[in-house]
Amino acid sequence: MSDASLHASPYENEAQFGDYFALLKPRVMTLVVFTAFVGLLAAPVGVHPFIGFCAVLFIAVGGGASGALNMWYDSDIDAVMKRTAKRPIPAGKVSRDEALAIGLTLSVFAVVFLGLATNWVAAGLLAFTIFFYVVIYTMWLKRLTPQNIVIGGAAGAFPPMIGWAAATGDISTASVLMFCLTFLWTPPHFWALALFVRMDYDNATVPMLTVTHGRRATRRHILVYTVLLAIFAIGLGFTQVGGPVYLGTSLLLNALFLKGAVQIARRDEAQAEADSYKVEKKFFKLSLLYLFAHFGAILVDAGLDRLGVWG
Amino acid sequence: MSLVKEHELHKRRRGRNIGVGLVLAAFIAIIFGLTVVKVTRGDFQMQQQQGVTDGN
Repeated sequence: MSDASLHASPYENEAQFGDYFALLKPRVMTLVVFTAFVGLLAAPVGVHPFIGFCAVLFIAVGGGASGALNMWYDSDIDAVMKRTAKRPIPAGKVSRDEALAIGLTLSVFAVVFLGLATNWVAAGLLAFTIFFYVVIYTMWLKRLTPQNIVIGGAAGAFPPMIGWAAATGDISTASVLMFCLTFLWTPPHFWALALFVRMDYDNATVPMLTVTHGRRATRRHILVYTVLLAIFAIGLGFTQVGGPVYLGTSLLLNALFLKGAVQIARRDEAQAEADSYKVEKKFFKLSLLYLFAHFGAILVDAGLDRLGVWG
Repeated sequence: MSLVKEHELHKRRRGRNIGVGLVLAAFIAIIFGLTVVKVTRGDFQMQQQQGVTDGN
């Protein structure tokens, strides 16, 4: 027995509170919180501030719960990918059973309390989001189709719709278009990243478009989704959540985003490698600003509208 | 050896226990706050029976 093993604590690998929190995918949760908050505030019905706070919190907890269930199911592929190998389950900090128990408990908690705090339409949408992300995406389609990013993006697109439903109790054109904004934004955002970052999805046998259909097809896919995104994003400006700030922001950002997507589609790998994927990297950075600025503009227009600036 | 000597296990679990305690305290505060808001807004007010208002 070595000296080191004599002094090694048997509790060294025991989970800390942060490990359980990491199961909820806090980085993904920030997008959920922001977009749900915008959906809630953009709605034409006022909500009591404390109820609004609780609604966003329960939506975030529901999103976190689906993250825990995703980690429970995907622990085998997380273990073989460098990016995910340090997650609590592959790192040996939290057991799969614990992750399953936390995920299921928090899912039920979030749905029931969102229903009690606001209404059952919002709660139903949250329950469907968790089901969609865990069963449809994680368990069924993620390992089956290279369109997995599109399907996963749908799950991440529900929060503004749930926020809207928490305030109004229904689903409207504006809330569906807010869903479409994140849904159609996810594929070009992720595929641009996949073009310049070497991902080890192959080791995990997860089909990625760049591998199954090639990088040329991925470039074309980025352009198609960006065109569709521009139509829906600008269309959202003509609904009740749109205003001058949103329309101006959307027109400018979609023009820039389309320009970037056209450049990506026209380039080949030799050109991209020659300038170290400069255009793809710029497009990816713009995609981060794109989503934040669109939802931010909705928030600004809602604020200005409440202050009576637009009459 | 003193009876109050802390085992390494307890030291390691302190952070976890404090975290769970704070989550539970936040849960109680949220439920209390929600109840206060709902009651003061009249969400739980019972509707008066038709017969009573009609004076029958």
